[in-house]
Amino acid sequence: MGSIFQPFNGPPIDRLHKVSAMAYSEKVVEHYENPRNVGSFDKGDESVGTGMVGAPACGDVMKLQIKVNPATGVIEDARFKTYGCGSAIASSSLVTEWVKGKTLDEAAALKNSQIAEELALPPVKIHCSILAEDAIKAAVDDYKKKHAH
Amino acid sequence: MSATPHFPIYMDYGATTPCDPRVVDVMVPWLREHFGNPASRSHAWGWEAEAAVEKAREQVAELIGADPREIVWTSGATESNNLALKGAAHFYHGKGRHLVTVKTEHKAVLDTMRELERQGFEVTYLDVLDDGLLDLDLLKGAVRPDTILVSVMAVNNEIGVIQDIQAIGSLCREKGIIFHVDAAQATGKIDIDLKTLPVDLMSLASHKTYGPKGIGALYVRRKPRVRLEAQMHGGGHERGMRSGTLPTHQCVGMGEAFRLARLEMAQDNAKARALHDRLLKGLADVEQVFLNGHPTQRVPQNINMSFNFVEGESLIMGIKGLAVSSGSACTSASLEPSYVLRALGRSDELAHSSLRMTIGRWTTEQDIDFAIETIRANVARLRELSPLWEMYQDGVDLSTIQWTAH
Repeated sequence: MGSIFQPFNGPPIDRLHKVSAMAYSEKVVEHYENPRNVGSFDKGDESVGTGMVGAPACGDVMKLQIKVNPATGVIEDARFKTYGCGSAIASSSLVTEWVKGKTLDEAAALKNSQIAEELALPPVKIHCSILAEDAIKAAVDDYKKKHAH
Repeated sequence: MSATPHFPIYMDYGATTPCDPRVVDVMVPWLREHFGNPASRSHAWGWEAEAAVEKAREQVAELIGADPREIVWTSGATESNNLALKGAAHFYHGKGRHLVTVKTEHKAVLDTMRELERQGFEVTYLDVLDDGLLDLDLLKGAVRPDTILVSVMAVNNEIGVIQDIQAIGSLCREKGIIFHVDAAQATGKIDIDLKTLPVDLMSLASHKTYGPKGIGALYVRRKPRVRLEAQMHGGGHERGMRSGTLPTHQCVGMGEAFRLARLEMAQDNAKARALHDRLLKGLADVEQVFLNGHPTQRVPQNINMSFNFVEGESLIMGIKGLAVSSGSACTSASLEPSYVLRALGRSDELAHSSLRMTIGRWTTEQDIDFAIETIRANVARLRELSPLWEMYQDGVDLSTIQWTAH
């Protein structure tokens, strides 16, 4: 029996994709396909701050790490790993780009609404941007704790 | 890696099957020149439509070993489940007000049970074993003198496991309890012979068995007779159990689909079995992959797997050449993963990491090989991105971590 499937005659599939529940903007897809700064730094390194937020039970876990220049207090590099949907991966990939070159306080001041706006996240995916904001704050806190004494 | 096809390979037969072209062909005349109302008794348009609907009723009955007079047309399995459960509960409420079902049933059963609870009935929702099967002793312990109905599905829509309908039915018969079976996912996949199977009510769907959407049926046993209170009034069609003008073309389509299912079930199943095994073999050496549901007591058309440390929705986004579904639901409204996988005792992360692939009449070996290739590549890629995979590689026990749940 040959295939019964005919070439798709309706609207383009990527248009259809956007009205569905799994709605991904071009920017989300771009980060998902080409995530920036994937990887890990040594957690024990004095110049590294690590933030891990979320829970497997909720379907997303983000690990965000920053490498800080101790002389200037500026974030020189960042890495992430994320278990989660495409929007969660894109949110964390985006913030690793954004925090580079920022001071700790500037990085901690990043708002989830900026992430959501940049990635055009739909309302059901706003929690991904909140998680990314939490991850930066946690990484900054971790670095500050290491250097509190 | 071969190029992504022009449009995704369809591996979501559990959601709906394509309507077989042979089915479409027999339907069309009943939309064109043969437009009569099967309930019109006064002219030839009505008579021919009635004859077509009755022939289709026989074809549906024949697949499940029923008498055509035991078949009530409905709009689909959801309506059949509603009519069976509400209809029987309302008719027999004088005998008792307790019903029993299983936690892994379809929402059409579970939500109807919830509604009956609101109406004052009491419902017991049984757990399943880790393989998705119902423990008969658990059922034995749950039935009471005031239990009027037990509802258990034949084939699970998410994980494809086949419940022991014969044994459950025998238990119900012994206790004088009405037994309803949701067989939406079972027709054309497992043998059903209601001449010997002790089932009183059976819900049937057309569009899971290569027929059109918008039509289904409820089998209502005549001997011993099961009574129902109608849920749809107006005209007394279907012996008063379900009023409404019959859609001749839909009935004819379901009839033809079920006729083909009867003739081709062995062939369809043999092919699905080979493809099922090919897919499992192709993924067998990937670490931390688990088949959900009983390994053998299942229909070969369903392959539900969890790819540990990879979130299901991100995997679906990666394998965009495949049309499949996931047990994960990453939305702010519901962070709950599949309730069926949770009922199997799967951890939340395994439930979030699941993929349901359902294959059927037009799935090819090439489709399966493409699926294997794209799944392997994307699981590997997403694991490189996964902090959970990294921790697993480092020997960290994830259950010991204090997560900051949000």
